[in-house]
Amino acid sequence: MLKPLLAQVKEFKRSSILAPVFMVLEVLMELAIPLMMSSIIDDGVNRGDMGHVCRVGALMACMALLSLSFGAASGRLAARASSGFARNLRRSMFANIQTFAFSNLDKYSTSGLITRMTTDVTNVQNAYQMILRMCVRAPVMLICALFMAVSINARLSLIFLAAIPFLALCLALITKNAHSAFLQVFRRYDDLNASVQENLGAIRVVKSYVRESHESDKFQQACDQVYRLFVKAERTLAFNAPVMQFTMYSCVLMLSWLGAKSIVAGSLTTGQLMSLFSYVMNILMSLMMLSMVFVMITMARASADRIVEVLQETPDLKEDSAPLTQVKDGSIRFDHATMRYHAGGKPALRDISLTIASGETLGVIGGTGSSKSTLVQLIPRLYEAAEGQVLVGGQDVRRYDLQALRSQVAMVLQKNTLFSGTIRENLLWGNERASQQQIEEACKAAQAHDFIQAMPQGYDTMIEQGGTNVSGGQKQRLCLARALLKNPKILILDDSTSAVDMRTDSLIRQGLAESLPDATKIVIAQRISSVQHCDHILVLNNGEAEAYGTHEQLLEESPIYREVYLSQQKGADEQ
Amino acid sequence: MSPTPSRGPGGPGAPRGPHGPRMMGKRPAVEHPWRALRRLLAYILRRYKVHCALAVVMIFIHTAATVAGNLFLKTLIDDYIAPFLTQAAPDFAPLLRQLALMALVFLSGVLSVLIQNQLMVSVSQGTLRDLRCDLFRHMESLPLRYFDTNAHGDIMSVYTNDIDTLRQMISQSLPQLISSAVTIASVLASMLALSLPLTGLSLLMVGLMILAIRKLTGASGGHFVAQQKNLGAVNGYIEEMIEGQKVVKVFCREEKNIETFNRLNDALYESADKAHGFANILMPVMSNLGNLSYVVVAAAGGALAVGGVGGFTLGSLAAFLQFNRSFSQPITQISQQFNSIIMALAGAQRVFALLDEKPEQDGGTYRLVNARQSAGLLRECQERTGQWAWKSPEGKLIPLRGDVRFENVDFGYTPEKQVLKQISLFAKPGQKIAFVGATGAGKTTITNLINRFYDIDQGRILYDGIPVSQICKESLRRSLGIVLQDTKLFTGTVMENIRYGRLDATDEEVTAAARLANADAFIQQLPKGYQTMLSGDGGSLSQGQRQLLAIARAAVADPPVLILDEATSSIDTRTEQIVQEGMDNLMQDRTVFVIAHRLSTIHNSNAIMVLENGRIIERGDHEELIAQKGQYYQLYTGKFELA
Repeated sequence: MLKPLLAQVKEFKRSSILAPVFMVLEVLMELAIPLMMSSIIDDGVNRGDMGHVCRVGALMACMALLSLSFGAASGRLAARASSGFARNLRRSMFANIQTFAFSNLDKYSTSGLITRMTTDVTNVQNAYQMILRMCVRAPVMLICALFMAVSINARLSLIFLAAIPFLALCLALITKNAHSAFLQVFRRYDDLNASVQENLGAIRVVKSYVRESHESDKFQQACDQVYRLFVKAERTLAFNAPVMQFTMYSCVLMLSWLGAKSIVAGSLTTGQLMSLFSYVMNILMSLMMLSMVFVMITMARASADRIVEVLQETPDLKEDSAPLTQVKDGSIRFDHATMRYHAGGKPALRDISLTIASGETLGVIGGTGSSKSTLVQLIPRLYEAAEGQVLVGGQDVRRYDLQALRSQVAMVLQKNTLFSGTIRENLLWGNERASQQQIEEACKAAQAHDFIQAMPQGYDTMIEQGGTNVSGGQKQRLCLARALLKNPKILILDDSTSAVDMRTDSLIRQGLAESLPDATKIVIAQRISSVQHCDHILVLNNGEAEAYGTHEQLLEESPIYREVYLSQQKGADEQ
Repeated sequence: MSPTPSRGPGGPGAPRGPHGPRMMGKRPAVEHPWRALRRLLAYILRRYKVHCALAVVMIFIHTAATVAGNLFLKTLIDDYIAPFLTQAAPDFAPLLRQLALMALVFLSGVLSVLIQNQLMVSVSQGTLRDLRCDLFRHMESLPLRYFDTNAHGDIMSVYTNDIDTLRQMISQSLPQLISSAVTIASVLASMLALSLPLTGLSLLMVGLMILAIRKLTGASGGHFVAQQKNLGAVNGYIEEMIEGQKVVKVFCREEKNIETFNRLNDALYESADKAHGFANILMPVMSNLGNLSYVVVAAAGGALAVGGVGGFTLGSLAAFLQFNRSFSQPITQISQQFNSIIMALAGAQRVFALLDEKPEQDGGTYRLVNARQSAGLLRECQERTGQWAWKSPEGKLIPLRGDVRFENVDFGYTPEKQVLKQISLFAKPGQKIAFVGATGAGKTTITNLINRFYDIDQGRILYDGIPVSQICKESLRRSLGIVLQDTKLFTGTVMENIRYGRLDATDEEVTAAARLANADAFIQQLPKGYQTMLSGDGGSLSQGQRQLLAIARAAVADPPVLILDEATSSIDTRTEQIVQEGMDNLMQDRTVFVIAHRLSTIHNSNAIMVLENGRIIERGDHEELIAQKGQYYQLYTGKFELA
């Protein structure tokens, strides 16, 4: 689990190694300082030797300065290593996600991927910095302080033999309980935030049904639950400090008693006793620190697991070793294509065979859930056929370089997205080098030019994230214009004018015919009127080709088609 | 000895949830830090006065115990060990008594820390719970305009980031501030009692430390702000691109996106590196300045003790040196809390800003009540009778009939842009009124005015003769059922989602509504039928299926007036035919407003309004409009000419 994660440290390996090294040096200096302190008291002050006080004092000051430099260097390097590590993690995850096939994306929810790249990376970054700094500091401090204490007075150090296991046991117990409680808290807490988000999105529904107080009560209940869990977890954790203090004070009292006796017996000096008091602090604090680090690491582990999952996801699409880079023409052939979303699952498309000549227009009609979208997504190889094959320009789609294939297939998705930026920037996605004239032509064909012109900043109007500041119909037309700018050999419209009114819809169809006369066009629609004039029409039903032919043929042969036609025609026939 | 009342790792400090921190960036830091702090304290004290008072007492006890522990060292060396060395047969009994006394003192110290920590857990978590609930309840009361003008991500971040920073502040920073202040004050007093010149020396060193803190936090503060801003940018980009990942693939934008992302990501790294770098340096700098202070004081104090100036003893020096340490420690601690306190106050300010938003104004006095016709007289009753009435403030009952009239209504979402101009229309009880027109013509806006999502600028809207502005919003909305174009589902079972329309509906009523909307068939095919859990806005259902659920939801609500805003746009026409039947049943005896671009769904309306640029340009029933040969005729026949 750790290996793929650590592989991302990359150029920050040096910082990651040096940070703990400097930390060790700092700790050594820090530990030597109490020795100097006791020497100042014992050999200097006690004997009235001011020269000694000054000499050792100067040495101690030097060590403090060294300790400061080492500490600063370590802190600086740890910050660099952990921020760099986080950067590499984000970079690699993002790059890997870009190679994902649609089927990989389906595995993760959008919000899941976002959380992995944001919160989880932050958690791992913090934990990494903690490890670099504290994981070295605490044990080194513990061992050295113990060593020093023993070397000052082995007999008195026996006190630690009792204190350390006691504290360690208590901290371990607290940590274990707190950890499981916190895991529960996090899950609930995420649910709580999810419900806020849900309410923000559905505020109109909430207000329409006057469910404000109902929702608030629901939220309050969830809050109470989070509160109870949080209190439970934090109460447990809040025992840390008192337990630690209890152990420390016990040590101090015992040291005072035994130390006084030893001093009287002549086996200990006053200065040494003072140093021992310092080491008590050091030893117990490092134990405490270790327990904190432990809690943090276990909390970050869940995040680390989720990150590794994304890093190790391999794209489901394999590229040909010597891929074709040219698409000859816009002809498409489905040869007994069957497609499943899950291996071994129920086929979404079954045994489709179909030939579309280059430049032809195909209409696709079918009910909700008849796999119309699935069918067309096989063409730019967004998904792959499980059995049979799909050919574009006479070659199996798997033989093409993906980019070469997709640059020739423009597709307007049913659930489409605009990105934050100006309208022009959004349109340039289709063709980065498009001139203003080309842009305007595409927009005119998509019936978008007029409303863009009517906007205060025209083509430089800013689109908000998610395209929330344009209406559904405007969004669809912009997406269409963006696809047209690709000047593709194949154009696929997946129910992409559903929010556009009837008149605009027919104008768009005219515009398309004029601006891309040679492209193969596939139109998925719910209105017969949108596909009626296509060269051929495919009727899909439950993932199978139900009927295929021209409008007139289908009216005669296909009962489903006839039924749909009549249902839409009814109004017109009545008059 | 001065143990720090540290609270351990303190749980989830990092922002959680998909919406990373996006604060700082656009919004100012803290304008009035004291005002925010005062208000926060007042909020905490409102419910936790006793808790807080007790906690402060505990802090005092605990600090006193710490100081006593430090003083004890002087006593130990000066009063016991030093005399022992001069005695031939020292008597240890008094020392034992002194140790027992100290044990009691220490024990009270430990107990006070324990109690203080437990109290503060209740205070901080309780306050956060109250804040969350208050925020949510208040948010639900805000007008739609608020949600239109504020990015949802920003509102979310108040719940996640801002509340999280407050958690740390209340449970850790505030107690730490108090105990640090108390420690500093008491240690200062003790030091003064021991030696005036050495105290002066210590203070000089502390001045040096404060200078270092200011320099370092000043340097890191700017980078922290930059880090937050860059983090917001990176998170925003990730969100947007992952959301639109499928479009990215279709347009082969992967390379380009990686490039942009790396640029943002590198900027984040730069600022994070610097911010954390400075922050990490703070600790060693402070502790070693503390060490330096120790050396200086030891040398000076040693000289004093050797010279025996003013009765300054070796024990006094030992104790003073301990105080010297206890003095610099709280200063280091405060300095470490500094950044998080500033961040928390900025968070508190945003929390309070949301709480200060003006809620939806009502002002309505007419209420909707159940009614029963008995002996030709309309009477109010408690149970559902299927008959409703408006109750005026004077108690007069007006039967609800579903008569809606617009009289010269003008409206604009913003004062600059008028969306509706001079709209007049009437819908008699039981009539079906349709709105037709291009995208953006103002169809949805009209329906938003009937239920008072927005208030009109000019003119009147009458509902059964009562201006809607005089009907209390809750009652008004209860009388209207709305099916929106964009179906929203809630986390919960299918059953619960349909029941959202009327919370006291029985299971049978829910399934009946589902059958009416033709949703029953697909629900039965779901893995657990009506008990199937939906999450993430029902992402596993198709658009069409979601719309069917929304229709079922409206059906179970059984409202006298229905508004269908493109309610069937994502349902294929065959299914729509089947739904239509149910819809027709649903529409029976109700006033219905329909928005649809499929003219086939509206041609049997009593009246069709054709809208263009916020004006009604044609009106009439289907035959009349066809006969007029106007816009509607164009639309209707255009379908066949142009296709």
